[in-house]
Amino acid sequence: MIFGRSERGKPPVEPVTLKILVAGGFGVGKTTLVGAVSEIKPLRTEEVLTEAGRPIDDTSGVEGKHTTTVAMDFGRITLREDLVLYLFGTPGQDRFWFLWDELATGSLGAVVLADTRRLEDCFAAVDYFERRSIPFVVGVNCFEGAARYPADDVRQALDLDPGVPVVLCDARDRETVKEVLIRVVQHAMAHAADRRQAVTT
Amino acid sequence: MSGDGQGKRHWFDDEAGPVVRPYAMTRGRTTSPAQHRLDLIAVVVTEPHAYDPEADQTLSPEHVDIVGLCRDAPQSVAELAAELDLPIGVVRVLIGDLVDEEMVHVTRPVPPAELPDESILRDVINGLRAL
Ligand SMILES: Nc1nc2c(ncn2[C@@H]2O[C@H](COP(=O)(O)OP(=O)(O)OP(=O)(O)O)[C@@H](O)[C@H]2O)c(=O)[nH]1
Ligand SMILES: [Mg+2]
Repeated sequence: MIFGRSERGKPPVEPVTLKILVAGGFGVGKTTLVGAVSEIKPLRTEEVLTEAGRPIDDTSGVEGKHTTTVAMDFGRITLREDLVLYLFGTPGQDRFWFLWDELATGSLGAVVLADTRRLEDCFAAVDYFERRSIPFVVGVNCFEGAARYPADDVRQALDLDPGVPVVLCDARDRETVKEVLIRVVQHAMAHAADRRQAVTT
Repeated sequence: MSGDGQGKRHWFDDEAGPVVRPYAMTRGRTTSPAQHRLDLIAVVVTEPHAYDPEADQTLSPEHVDIVGLCRDAPQSVAELAAELDLPIGVVRVLIGDLVDEEMVHVTRPVPPAELPDESILRDVINGLRAL
């Protein structure tokens, strides 16, 4: 990341920041996808967890708490000097749901990456975004050797609402990843329009 | 977003066992009350008058780094954590200190549901196409 030193007297530009989440099962290509469109950096959070895996605040009891480091994928896409899109690749394990809550709050939308050889791995993520009405797109990562299914079959298998886009992609390929992200933003726009409609009628 | 200064000496419970090294930097604090759970994409901006953070003896080198980085270009909380290779929690506490010292301010992100119009999202789409 290279930034010029701002000229004296000229206030630096405060960019509008937006975020998109990248979720999906273990090894489905989340890190690859984030890296295909952005300079990727690992991001660490250290959480004091209870046995149940929820963070606790540090004024509560000390019994059985331990600190866990959780790493996330983090990418920045500078669209304009004053407009920045961040990608967060969420850790897959269920015990890190609390991190998702934080990431999902205020997010523009999400990508759920799916591998057709083990679609069930993304059920939890689909469920998560549905429940919270966060607009999401299912990206079917096309691994070699995996049979190609039409998007509609994937939609059926995942029992998706008709409005949820299903996009075939290759997480290594910048162009297809761009397309997936564009679909997320378009879907988020449609989602917002639906909401406005629901309020006014 | 003025810090009330309360809890500035919010020590981590001694009985909590060995403190992870980075928390030594924050004097063991894991939360900063004034800045509780700063959004990861909130933007940190150095105040124009914070030109010589090194002169402030109470600031750690990491504080000074944040002031420097966010003077060149305002950065998000997540970016600072990645750039300084520190856990997010630590960076949040450090930013909280700097806000209390009025060396930086933090701009919270606009939730997408509250965007004034769709034009920003159209700009995002066009920006992605042009990548
Ligand atoms: N053939 C093919 N391989 C891929 C594709 N996407 C990812 N891979 C490979 O699959 C492996 C796993 O990809 P990652 O991006 O690390 O997956 P991940 O979801 O981040 O994995 P975890 O963080 O461990 O859950 C890597 O070896 C990638 O090179 C793809 O579209 N096609
Ligand atoms: Mg990964």
